[in-house]
Amino acid sequence: MLKDKIKFLIILISFFIIPKNSFSIEPNIFVQSTVNRASQILSDDISKSEKIEKLKQVANDTVDIKGIGFYTLGKYRKELSDIQKEKYNELFKTYFLKSFSSRLAEYTNPKIDVQSQEKLSENYTIVSSILVATETRPEVKIQWRIYTKNPDKPMIRDLIIEGLSLARTQKEEFGSIIQSNDGNIDSLFSSLKKFIDN
Amino acid sequence: MKKFILTFIVYIFSINLAFSGADGVNNLSKKKGEVKDCFERVNRATFAFNQGLDNAIFEPLAKGYRKLPNPIRKGTSNVLSNLSNLITIPNNVLQGDFKTAGINTARLAVNTTVGIFGIFDAASQMGFIKSYKKEDYGQTLGSWGVGEGCYLVLPILGPSTVRDLSGSIINVIGGDPWYNVTVRNDTQYFKDSDYFISRGGDGVDFRSKNIDSFENLEKNSMDFYASVRSLYIQDRRKKILNSDNITETQDDSDWDELQSN
Repeated sequence: MLKDKIKFLIILISFFIIPKNSFSIEPNIFVQSTVNRASQILSDDISKSEKIEKLKQVANDTVDIKGIGFYTLGKYRKELSDIQKEKYNELFKTYFLKSFSSRLAEYTNPKIDVQSQEKLSENYTIVSSILVATETRPEVKIQWRIYTKNPDKPMIRDLIIEGLSLARTQKEEFGSIIQSNDGNIDSLFSSLKKFIDN
Repeated sequence: MKKFILTFIVYIFSINLAFSGADGVNNLSKKKGEVKDCFERVNRATFAFNQGLDNAIFEPLAKGYRKLPNPIRKGTSNVLSNLSNLITIPNNVLQGDFKTAGINTARLAVNTTVGIFGIFDAASQMGFIKSYKKEDYGQTLGSWGVGEGCYLVLPILGPSTVRDLSGSIINVIGGDPWYNVTVRNDTQYFKDSDYFISRGGDGVDFRSKNIDSFENLEKNSMDFYASVRSLYIQDRRKKILNSDNITETQDDSDWDELQSN
């Protein structure tokens, strides 16, 4: 009984003594573990729709969907009212998860090796990795922009494939939709709805 | 004639826009880089035409090509890559990269002879390490500080800009030795068709390597035209800077503003 009490006391003390940042996750380890989680799902012997649901869960846990959503709005994000922002966040999240998971579900057991990382600032680290070549596809370089403001919970904000940023591409796509409708943000909302319903 | 004058005026107008972006300093990486799509309506129409052509011809060809045994595809890709050195080497020199020009020249000589017209990459085995990056006159103009100008979609050839089109024009007025010996000059060794087959092969080879990415992008895009435009411009900027470092190739300012979560 006394032994148990001592054990409990040690655990309690160590919880307060060990500095908080010792729980921080290195971005490269975070990426490798995320990739491993996704790879495991993709190689599992389950239906495509089950894979998609599981991949959505991974994205929810590891991607800063809200941050990417605001980034992709570009200059238009400053023009949104609070109600519009709320509506946009909701639409973008559904859109993103659908688009992301269906893109990924096409791959069967992709092998990604994390190679290095570069800290850009307190908020961002770039993790470099390689998607290993297959019979039909050459090797692909993938870089991950990791948002590290909260080091305990790093989040993915962008994928840069062979130097091409997915977030930037999406931002320019959204910008084009809004621009070709005379700057009307509702046009983007309708396009997002249409994509989600399809 | 009227059409030619009109095209010429449009071209001059666009190249002026392109040069207005030139300030003598290559600061592509720090530019906000909004794409100047001056002819968007025409571009979109040409894009739709090209997509039709792709569905009818290039995609089926690329799918068929992908079914060929790997050594044949690899050999074809090697031949085309070896041939592209003829444009890359003068551009290495024009960009002041003499070391790479030397390596590429040695690789071209070895692979054309020992490697049997480039089918085999003998140069790599002889120690000329393969880190080959294609260069063209559009990239050279970019590295000299010439802005990209208006975005263009060319029939069959696809995305381009005024600057890159100017680069392609340099090819056909003497800048491409392969074009010179096949089409421009009447040599007894090569036919015009050799050039067009090699260019077509290049297109099919590229398309076959990107079938899945293209399908995926098209399926998941709300505005496929805008996505392709963005990817093309990003790719060209990266190639001009010859860098894989994204802090140089991507503008970070918008990310820095985002402090949410």
